[in-house]
Amino acid sequence: MTQIMEGSHAVAEAVRLSKPGVISAYPITPQTHIVERLAEMVADGLLEADYITVESEFSALSACLGASATGVRVYSATTSQGLALMFEVCFNAAGMRLPLVMTIANRALSAPLSIWNDHQDSISLRDSGWLQLYAQDCQEAHDLHYIAYRVAEDHSVLLPAMVCFDGFVLTHTYEPVDIPGQEEVDAFLPAFSPYQRLDARDPISFGMYATPDYYMEFRYEMERAMQRAKGVLKECGKEFGERFGRDYSDLVESYRLEDADTALVAMGSLCGTVKDAIDEMRGEGKKVGLLNLRVFRPFPFEDVKKALSGVSRVAILDKNVSIGSKGAVGLEMRDTLYGTGIEILDCIAGLGGRDIRKRDVRRIVGLAEAGGGDIFYGLREEVL
Amino acid sequence: MAIDKTLELFDCGHRACAGCGHALGTRLVLKATGRDVIVVSPTGCLEVFSTPYPETAWRVPWIHSLFENAAAVASGVEVALKRQKRSEKVVVVGGDGATFDIGVLCLSGAFERGHDFTYICMDNEAYMNTGIQRSGATPYDASTTTSPAGARSFGNRRPKKDMPQIMAAHGAPYVATTSVAYPMDLMQKVERAINTEGPCYVQVHSPCCTGWGFEGSQTIAIGKLAVETGLWPVFEMNNGQVTKVKKIMRKPVEEYLKQQKRFRHLFKPIRQEAEIAKIQAIADANASRYGLDLKPRK
Repeated sequence: MTQIMEGSHAVAEAVRLSKPGVISAYPITPQTHIVERLAEMVADGLLEADYITVESEFSALSACLGASATGVRVYSATTSQGLALMFEVCFNAAGMRLPLVMTIANRALSAPLSIWNDHQDSISLRDSGWLQLYAQDCQEAHDLHYIAYRVAEDHSVLLPAMVCFDGFVLTHTYEPVDIPGQEEVDAFLPAFSPYQRLDARDPISFGMYATPDYYMEFRYEMERAMQRAKGVLKECGKEFGERFGRDYSDLVESYRLEDADTALVAMGSLCGTVKDAIDEMRGEGKKVGLLNLRVFRPFPFEDVKKALSGVSRVAILDKNVSIGSKGAVGLEMRDTLYGTGIEILDCIAGLGGRDIRKRDVRRIVGLAEAGGGDIFYGLREEVL
Repeated sequence: MAIDKTLELFDCGHRACAGCGHALGTRLVLKATGRDVIVVSPTGCLEVFSTPYPETAWRVPWIHSLFENAAAVASGVEVALKRQKRSEKVVVVGGDGATFDIGVLCLSGAFERGHDFTYICMDNEAYMNTGIQRSGATPYDASTTTSPAGARSFGNRRPKKDMPQIMAAHGAPYVATTSVAYPMDLMQKVERAINTEGPCYVQVHSPCCTGWGFEGSQTIAIGKLAVETGLWPVFEMNNGQVTKVKKIMRKPVEEYLKQQKRFRHLFKPIRQEAEIAKIQAIADANASRYGLDLKPRK
């Protein structure tokens, strides 16, 4: 049933329908509306789960890790500083192959302190072994949670997953969201079936240490699982489309790319603005299109290359920066498109909640056409 | 429920030093818990010597995640077990660095939330796994690699953090101290803890021959001396009140100190009377606070 609801509540509804047994989270802006709603659901008996109200994000994810290893589906949510505090647990949970699912309400990292949106928080965990999915609207933010659980818990994957959606831009925005019924969700997402669990009847040791004789193989197995996740994501995305009418079988979304000369590349809510700008430019005869990276880990090299095979140039809107290098998406694109002759412009844009409007998108297309080098886009020169 | 003292759930073949208090203590802990248990361990000596992949010394389910999060992981395990209506008890076994220092946030949070698990701190009074660095559990004047005795130093400048009282202040229903030198006392206290609902804390004195500098054959003797000098008071607290104390005929602290290299600088090259007196004062304060002294027969 389609309802008008806040993005955070759309996520909370997806979590409720995914039936986690244990939720553990720590409040942080702009994630709070998700966990407050979940706490209400538990208090009202609408969700049969235990909500562990911890003293830090570090303990939140650690408690989820323990509960997952004990055989229960788990959920957490955080952002920014909270995710930074979880850093150690993130790598650990992935290495222990525990399929946690966590929402990231994307927000900038301090300093300076900022509660506003960019992707520096989740991008900083790109190497942690978690799947990373980026939602462009509240409906996607809702839907991607079911897919995240299915893929993370698949015994051929067994890696944790982050569903990333933009803080405030989506968390606090009301949109129409189709909320499926419990039976429909149950048919798509069966009960958690752990590959292994802590059990006195079958004692095993979790989280042992590995000498140089073994460590590399553990990491290689994670990489293989991440590559297998591509196929599982496509299968689950296709099945989701068949069941719910919204297809996620592609790891990337192509928008008006068929005959495009210039492709914009973006992740998350910015894609909506870019699509509007593209429609306007198309009306003026400009051949532009969008590649929306819905999946950043595993990075869909083949899909990106195929989608961009016909373009002359690519302009990337990177809502993150690796200080001393480039934007994370830009680096991946240069790797993917190496040798194709496609020109690449990487724009670091929209950090700390700086708005990116249609006119900015048009300017960035102009910069790409002019063949300029990588830039921080839209700097206020007068305060530098 | 009687403790099956013949039950061996901590296997041989692990990589602990000969004479390791942790290995002995953990073996006793598992005799007291029996098989129906899930153990959580933080990073540390115990974790490393017991689980070199692909071997494990644990015959019960065991999980290690990180150094500082054992109490939070145990929280998740405990809640997940209750949700599945399962019977296993949850026990953390970890070192003093993980307990007194880096893990104290997670530990405090878990005790405040009242999870039903037992936290056992195997206290060998320094970071032994990384090479004998001081922790919040290191006693006054102990020489460690980061609090070395020297021309301007008598070793560790601070007294040991009072963790049992800190845990009792969280409202823990059961808090106890014990020692690997008193196996029956240790097992009985672990059994009481796991059968008490709510978060319980047991602090086990675990002499470390490598870190403290004594022969591995002397672990029990050193452990007994710590108790007999009053430097390691053995007691139980129920709901914040001290309910049981092991009474002793107290020996001078010197008898304990002089057998360990970590206190050698108090005796050689010259005897440091003032420092030894300060440590004696710590033991005297313990005796007074807990009523350790047996009354002499008239």
